[in-house]
Amino acid sequence: MEKFIVKYFNLIRTIIAVLIGVVISILIIFIISKNPGYSLKTFFLGPLLTKGRFGDFIEQASPIILCGLAIAIPFQAEQFNIGAEGALFIGAAVGTAFAVSTHMPTILHITSVLLVAGITGAIWGFIPGFLKAKWKTDELVISLMMNYVAYFLGLYLINYYFRDKSAGFLVSYQLPKTAWLAQFIPGMRIHVGVIISFVIAILTYYFLYHTTKGYEIRVTGINKNFAKFGGINVFMVIVISQVIGGFLAGLGGMTEVMGLHRRFNWQMSPGYGWDGVVVAIIGRNNPIFIIFAALFLSYLRTGGQVLNLLSDIPSEMVIAIKSIIILLITAEAFLEKFKYRITIREAKRREALDESDS
Amino acid sequence: METILSLKNIVKVYPNGVVANKGINIDVEKNTIHAIVGENGAGKSTLMKIIFGEETPQEGEIYYKGKRVHIKNSLEAIAMGIGMIHQHLMLAPELTVAENLILGTEPVKWKLFLDKKKIMEKTESACKSFGFEVPLNKKVKDLPVGTKQRIEILKVLIRNAELIILDEPTSVLTPQETEVLFKSLRELKAKGKTIIFISHKLKEVKQIADRVTIIRDGKDIATEDANKLSEHQIAELMVGREISFERIEKPKSIGEPLLRVENLHYVNDENIHILKDISFEVRRGEILGMAGVEGNGQTELVEILTGLRAATSGRILIKGTEITNLSPREIREKKVAHIPEDRMENGVAEKSSIEENIIVDRYYKKPFSKNSFLNWKYIGNHTTKLIKDFNILAQSSKTPISALSGGNIQKVVVARELSSDPELIIADQPTRGIDVGSEEMVHALLKEARDRGIAVFLVSADLDEILKVATRILVIYNGKIVAEFENNESITQEKLGPYMLGVTTKEEGSTNKPLSTEQKEV
Repeated sequence: MEKFIVKYFNLIRTIIAVLIGVVISILIIFIISKNPGYSLKTFFLGPLLTKGRFGDFIEQASPIILCGLAIAIPFQAEQFNIGAEGALFIGAAVGTAFAVSTHMPTILHITSVLLVAGITGAIWGFIPGFLKAKWKTDELVISLMMNYVAYFLGLYLINYYFRDKSAGFLVSYQLPKTAWLAQFIPGMRIHVGVIISFVIAILTYYFLYHTTKGYEIRVTGINKNFAKFGGINVFMVIVISQVIGGFLAGLGGMTEVMGLHRRFNWQMSPGYGWDGVVVAIIGRNNPIFIIFAALFLSYLRTGGQVLNLLSDIPSEMVIAIKSIIILLITAEAFLEKFKYRITIREAKRREALDESDS
Repeated sequence: METILSLKNIVKVYPNGVVANKGINIDVEKNTIHAIVGENGAGKSTLMKIIFGEETPQEGEIYYKGKRVHIKNSLEAIAMGIGMIHQHLMLAPELTVAENLILGTEPVKWKLFLDKKKIMEKTESACKSFGFEVPLNKKVKDLPVGTKQRIEILKVLIRNAELIILDEPTSVLTPQETEVLFKSLRELKAKGKTIIFISHKLKEVKQIADRVTIIRDGKDIATEDANKLSEHQIAELMVGREISFERIEKPKSIGEPLLRVENLHYVNDENIHILKDISFEVRRGEILGMAGVEGNGQTELVEILTGLRAATSGRILIKGTEITNLSPREIREKKVAHIPEDRMENGVAEKSSIEENIIVDRYYKKPFSKNSFLNWKYIGNHTTKLIKDFNILAQSSKTPISALSGGNIQKVVVARELSSDPELIIADQPTRGIDVGSEEMVHALLKEARDRGIAVFLVSADLDEILKVATRILVIYNGKIVAEFENNESITQEKLGPYMLGVTTKEEGSTNKPLSTEQKEV
């Protein structure tokens, strides 16, 4: 038992943090809701109760997964690039512009639009990456600032050049049907992009843990001096990790436009990039864990939306829960004493075994 | 004799599960110099931290002056009269010596301003009463390491310490500086102080200690009067088997030069001339030793040779091909292996597994990977074999480096570098901070490499090591090569020491002037 706890300590701690976050949110609902029983039910079971909501829950996980990966790859290389939100936004905007101005057969159109969006995102990753590798600028600050650049540049592009004046809102022209990602389950908004994101997560896992480039990224992240000493081109790793991250974030934005809205309709930054930071942290930068973390977060998101619609609780509740969970997970010392006690017991048991062996 | 400190059945488990002390019993008698020796990772430093209140034991009792005590932190230890001089000196480099001495107990005027006059009075009288002479008005950063260490000792004395712990105090000193330290320690003993002296240099233990306790694998193996045990006996108790201390035999044949360094200069970012006109060559089948006090340009030299730093001018050639300022990988491809000076900083990725550390120089080659895909099965087998061949104490190839002791981490580094099929090995302080057993193994491996026709360039501040394994010896001082010797019985520590301190220069030749600036200060 002790051995099990020591080995899976991080997982156990994450689960406990999540549970505490849930318990606190139950308390908050009890305090502020006039009908707490109903509110609790809508929040925690809401996403499961209708087919449509269940579809939304799975669908929303898709951009969060891609943004989580976009954050996790640079994080693995110890590059704190938090530009996923900007890369997602600008990638989707430029991709939309490209999609509505070109005519191609379906498969070709979809791939080329995705590539354009991905490459635009990659440029957003390249800039802070290159500046960091070359002049040691702070990638955190640069990527944060570039989020604003992406936001206003994207809006300018869509609102001035690709705005659909016949629509009642500030939105782009609708994408030609050849650039749509199909929704393949009737009554649910789950589209091909969702499958793409799950597949990419698994590929990213293989990339990080089973390829030479992935190894370079991880080793550089753990000890940059050691990587350099061993002959790894650290400069390249710093740039590449952020370029790949930007590419995936751009993809995340574009699949959302192509599969769900079919036009660029964001006047506000959608926040998937920030959720990406959250799931990368919860998932400890492991692509497989990130899938589960993203599903968890999108469940909360969907539950929050239902709650907002059907009860007297605002959807900002979800933000409070997210914050508590992140706080507990990132607090290194949380449960550390408990682990130490278990470790001592386990070590003593091991010693006793050694003694009896000899 | 009166017992000042008594440790009973001390057990310490670290948060990562490492059991550092497994029931240690030691009695330290008042007014003696008590040496504690043991291999690295045996648990000496942990034990000292427990006495000084920096770590809390899980089990066991500590008695100080006959009373049971629970020392919660170092402030309590100091209040009780226990002082500690850490291996890595803990002084504020920007402050003057006097300010460092009274740090934490400084006299103040109106509760706000430092009373400079009182500071000087206090420190001057302390210097006088303990017979220490240190330049009180100089900034600590401008002083040599031997002097800094005396300041640390004085700092402890000013706080009325009766029991003084020194953790490997000689590891940063030259032989001459060590002599000065020992003189001070003997004087302190004469004044009634008790000293605990940690070391794994046995010659020094024999020289200075009255009593010696040997620790192995977290347990106390023996406590004896120092004069009852020979150096050899202590060493064998430490490792638990027989070992040899002899100078290794001369190489049978030496081949052509493999590495040539020509007129190498290096000027750093702050415009300081670190390396001045360095030229030498290393031949196949020999071990070229570079002796010198740390910080005389060795680090920079090795980094330039291995591509981690760019030279300002000069040329480096391997088998006649120029490699100056190539990348680390390009240099490694020329069959150069590098055992780095600071293994935690450069030699390993601590949080990674042993196998991930082994492949850092070869992961991109077949059969470790194919078409960019890593072959973990092959890597695992390769690593398991190295763990066995190099006697690394680890559960498996997937064990993280952080779970290994210092000696075993160094074995991982050495295993990687020696298994890379090198023609030139650059070993920078390859045995620093590791135990006698691992040290002996590293030396044997270097010798074996030499006998296979590999050229070895060994940089070390440990003269015992240089004298034991080097075929030829260069001495570096202040960025210049100041002497060169064929290593034979006529070369001794005393002969090399003055060159290392820059007292005797090349031009003066063999006229030995062993008086160091260090000694003049006392």
